[in-house]
Amino acid sequence: MARSLFALAAGALFGLGLLLSGMVNPAKVLAFLDVSGAWDPSLAFVMGGAIPVAALGFRLGARRAAPLCAPRFSPPTRTVIDAKLIGGAVLFGVGWGLAGFCPGPALASLCFGGWKVALFVAAMLMGMYAFHVTLARPGNAPPAASRG
Amino acid sequence: MTSFTPVASTVGGALIGGAAALLWLALGRIAGISGIVGSLAGAPRDEAGWALAFLAGLMGAPLLVALLFGMPQIEIAAGPLLLVAAGLLVGFGTRLGSGCTSGHGVCGIARLSSRSIAATLVFMATAGVTVFVMRHGMGG
Repeated sequence: MARSLFALAAGALFGLGLLLSGMVNPAKVLAFLDVSGAWDPSLAFVMGGAIPVAALGFRLGARRAAPLCAPRFSPPTRTVIDAKLIGGAVLFGVGWGLAGFCPGPALASLCFGGWKVALFVAAMLMGMYAFHVTLARPGNAPPAASRG
Repeated sequence: MTSFTPVASTVGGALIGGAAALLWLALGRIAGISGIVGSLAGAPRDEAGWALAFLAGLMGAPLLVALLFGMPQIEIAAGPLLLVAAGLLVGFGTRLGSGCTSGHGVCGIARLSSRSIAATLVFMATAGVTVFVMRHGMGG
């Protein structure tokens, strides 16, 4: 129960941050990515605001043996920069540049963004499912995560 | 054309970072949106619980604010075909590459993960090239 409440609060905070920062507006995202056009550098400020605060959280976490409501921290386990990582980043970047949507902002604006957001999210879920049924292997599941 | 919003974007970013910190300190989980959504495929029920709660907050809080204070500006230039292509690429690519703007770009960089730094540089670069080609490279 406590876990769900914390997760709900974190999701709400995340969504409000996306809304306030302007990330939910694809035109603004594309204006950031279009360095050679009428460049809007705002999204660099989103990263600049987010990374230090998140880093503080991870630093505080490093002093604790376990999170507040879970038996252990579940950090990503892979450390190698491999073809999957880079190939996935290439595909994601192209998709991001085509429409200006990445997963968070698309979901945050899903309930009020109209049919275009809904269409993007439906296609995104299909893309995730396509990965799940083709390239995902059971061994890829995070080991500690499945028992948290 | 959009206007430069350094203050709102920095404060919004700080909220995003705060959300990532909260999820890490309370649940020990990375606030990566594509990872959380993807984890719902075949996740055990106690896993799905917190992921669904997070997504409810992510979708519900902006809706509430939009209803109370007015709709935010959202301009989507892409047509249906482009949106579908973009969605498929984003969905497949973020799962293949184990993360998106939040998991790699915010959490991973904050953790100084070399994988995330590499992934972020790559998707920023390919996104930038894509926008350049779409806007300036195709006779437009």
